[in-house]
Amino acid sequence: MGIKWDRFFITGDPLILGSQIAILLTMIGIVVLVSYLKKWKWLWTEWLTTVDHKRIGIMYILVGVLMFFRGGIDGLLMKAQTATPDGQLLDAQHYNEVFTTHGVVMILFMAMPFLIGIMNVIVPLQIGARDVAFPQLNALSFWLTFSGAMLFNISFVIGGSPDAGWTAYFPLAGKEFSPGIGNNFYAVAIQIAGIGTLMTGINFIVTILKMRAKGMTLMKMPMFSWTSFVTSIIIAASFPILTVALALMTFDRIFGTHFFTLSGGGMDMMWVNLFWLWGHPEVYIVVLPAFGMFSEVISTFSRKTLFGYKSMVGSIVGIAILSMLVWVHHFFTMGAGPGVNSIFSITTMMIAIPTGVKMFNWLFTMRKGRIQFTTAMLWALAFVPCFLIGGITGVMLAMGAADYQYHNTLFLVAHFHYVLIPGVVFAVFAGLYYWWPKMFGHMLNEKLGKLHFWLFVIGFNMTFMPMFFLGLNGAVRRAYTYSAESGFGPLMLVSAIGAGILAIGFAFFCYNIYWSARYADRNISSDPWDARTLEWATASPVQFYNFAKIPEVTSLDAFWYMKKKNKGLKFSNDELEEIHMPSNSGLPFIMSIVFGISGFLLVFEWKIAALVAALGILICLAIRSFDYNDGYHVPVDEIKEIEYGWQNKEKGVEKHVN
Amino acid sequence: MDNHSKGFPKSQVFGFVLSLVLTFAALFVALKTSLSFNTIIWIIGTLAIVQAGLQLFMFMHLKEGEDGNSQTINVIYGVFIAVVTVAGSIWVMSFGM
Ligand code: HEM
Ligand SMILES: [Cu+2]
Repeated sequence: MGIKWDRFFITGDPLILGSQIAILLTMIGIVVLVSYLKKWKWLWTEWLTTVDHKRIGIMYILVGVLMFFRGGIDGLLMKAQTATPDGQLLDAQHYNEVFTTHGVVMILFMAMPFLIGIMNVIVPLQIGARDVAFPQLNALSFWLTFSGAMLFNISFVIGGSPDAGWTAYFPLAGKEFSPGIGNNFYAVAIQIAGIGTLMTGINFIVTILKMRAKGMTLMKMPMFSWTSFVTSIIIAASFPILTVALALMTFDRIFGTHFFTLSGGGMDMMWVNLFWLWGHPEVYIVVLPAFGMFSEVISTFSRKTLFGYKSMVGSIVGIAILSMLVWVHHFFTMGAGPGVNSIFSITTMMIAIPTGVKMFNWLFTMRKGRIQFTTAMLWALAFVPCFLIGGITGVMLAMGAADYQYHNTLFLVAHFHYVLIPGVVFAVFAGLYYWWPKMFGHMLNEKLGKLHFWLFVIGFNMTFMPMFFLGLNGAVRRAYTYSAESGFGPLMLVSAIGAGILAIGFAFFCYNIYWSARYADRNISSDPWDARTLEWATASPVQFYNFAKIPEVTSLDAFWYMKKKNKGLKFSNDELEEIHMPSNSGLPFIMSIVFGISGFLLVFEWKIAALVAALGILICLAIRSFDYNDGYHVPVDEIKEIEYGWQNKEKGVEKHVN
Repeated sequence: MDNHSKGFPKSQVFGFVLSLVLTFAALFVALKTSLSFNTIIWIIGTLAIVQAGLQLFMFMHLKEGEDGNSQTINVIYGVFIAVVTVAGSIWVMSFGM
């Protein structure tokens, strides 16, 4: 099996040496800090073993923030490298590694955790449930995502980063052309995280179908829950394809099979095909929950019910079907012939229809509304024009014949950043500003929020707008350098400066989190925005059982009408009953560590060791099957006390919104 | 389909007989006709799919229970995904020939 110690630590590059030292110091720092504060027990009982959907959601969001940092640094490094012609910061190999990890981290470890995190916190509350359908499975989902993310991230200090692009196309990503172990990290780490995501999808489908409050029919469900539901369905439909594709890749790379190789009867384009069969639905997986968040934010701050609720639901379901029918637009230039390319051009353009329906719904929701320009609403407002640019350039790219020109240029890079950043990052920011009080019991500062907003939006447009023109002028993507004669210099510089502004914007966000955690007013109402959906009907931060008494729903925007009619909000103490809650469990955490170790060994192709470690996974599964603990009951007295604590406080409803 | 309480399981018997008919039809086509190999495969394949659908409804209680509708949608969507993935990949990977 041959242990490759020489390949273990990456040496010789000052940037990487710096990171190795920084990582080591951070790790020591965390251990020292937690020990000093005597917080190990707290960490274990309150977080590592928790099955509470709100805490799991918060941990997902934390992973999202960290990974945005990591992916953002990668982005800045690329922008710094190409700021001037013949830049010297990164060499070709290093640039390859950086754009690969940037793409993977941003999509799989930034966008997904952020969105699934917010789904976790909010969906059960919105549908009036006390937790998700399978709380322990939910914890396992999170820890697998975490374990996959960590495994992927250590690649750049131990063993070497993958370098074949976030798409890892064969034959380049195969053993013949990428003999190092970097691409093993890709195959194994994403696999582990992907299993977690698949389980989340199943969990949320069941939760939403089975656990809605009394009276909440599907057509009375808040829009964010709808989009989360459809997202979960797309996850369940498409992630198995990724699982299989990555497994075949692992076999090719580690066990010498020939699924995608050039020799031995392999089919390299089959990887591309399978990758995008998952990859295109994946972009809808990340963008649909975002659409849901914008719907909530726009309707709350326009003080109106969402316009065209039914058409919105219809268009989301339409997207769930269409999104499975367009994958070939990512490889029109394979040259599959006019039949294939025309069909996929048409299906791709058809996606613009449901998306357009949504756009108009949002605009008409705002029409004649009393709009409040909170930070959350600003993100939603900026989203509309920015996403429109992304969408229209998307329709341009959808034309198979024209795509031969746009393909592989910075035009494409600009397009998908214009879709992903407004469609995911703006949405996540909007959602965080909006739901922060629900999660932590205090608001994020609105002034800092607006600084964050303006810097980020201006920086974003300045970074990516020039890339459209650079791309049309022939600048190719994934190129680490260009000559002065190409004339790309000035626009590249503008773009790099824009990236700097964008980074400052993000820094303001981080500072805002810190500032608000320290200084923000804790004495706020549980419904500071005067909102419309059930998550605001309970305390902020939410008590662990969510609702003392599950509200009954009679209409869309249930909470709004409860407030208007002053009905169903209060309950008398003798209506309370014991609440059944799931117990904490350390098993998901331990199982994910075993997964991580086994994956790590597999990455290094220490097959026997990996197999032995994998036995640990089976043991964990067996332990779980003999686990008869089915939770505990919260006594009525405790509920009374907790409810008394928040319900009878005089807190201004709207005084925190300006 | 509350046949358990109503006594004679009409639909189950009907489904059973229909399944037998379909099976013997497939056998007959395969063993007793002199159609070309391709045609035979197509015919018995179609018969198999019809029978799978029939059994889902008659024996697997697809429409029963409180969420019969969502189960039906589920199965249809699942079949749709499977067909798109497999048939789509074959079509695309043969370059549309
Ligand atoms: C934070 C600001 C960001 C900056 C400055 C940035 C910058 C870049 C740059 C310069 C490239 C490579 C261009 C080239 O091909 O040479 C790139 C590629 C990419 N970016 Fe970003 N990006 C940012 C945010 C994001 C976000 C939020 C996402 C996804 C949610 C994302 C996803 C991707 C993907 C998938 C690629 C393609 C990687 C590949 O070629 O394999 N980026 N980005
Ligand atoms: Cu696509």
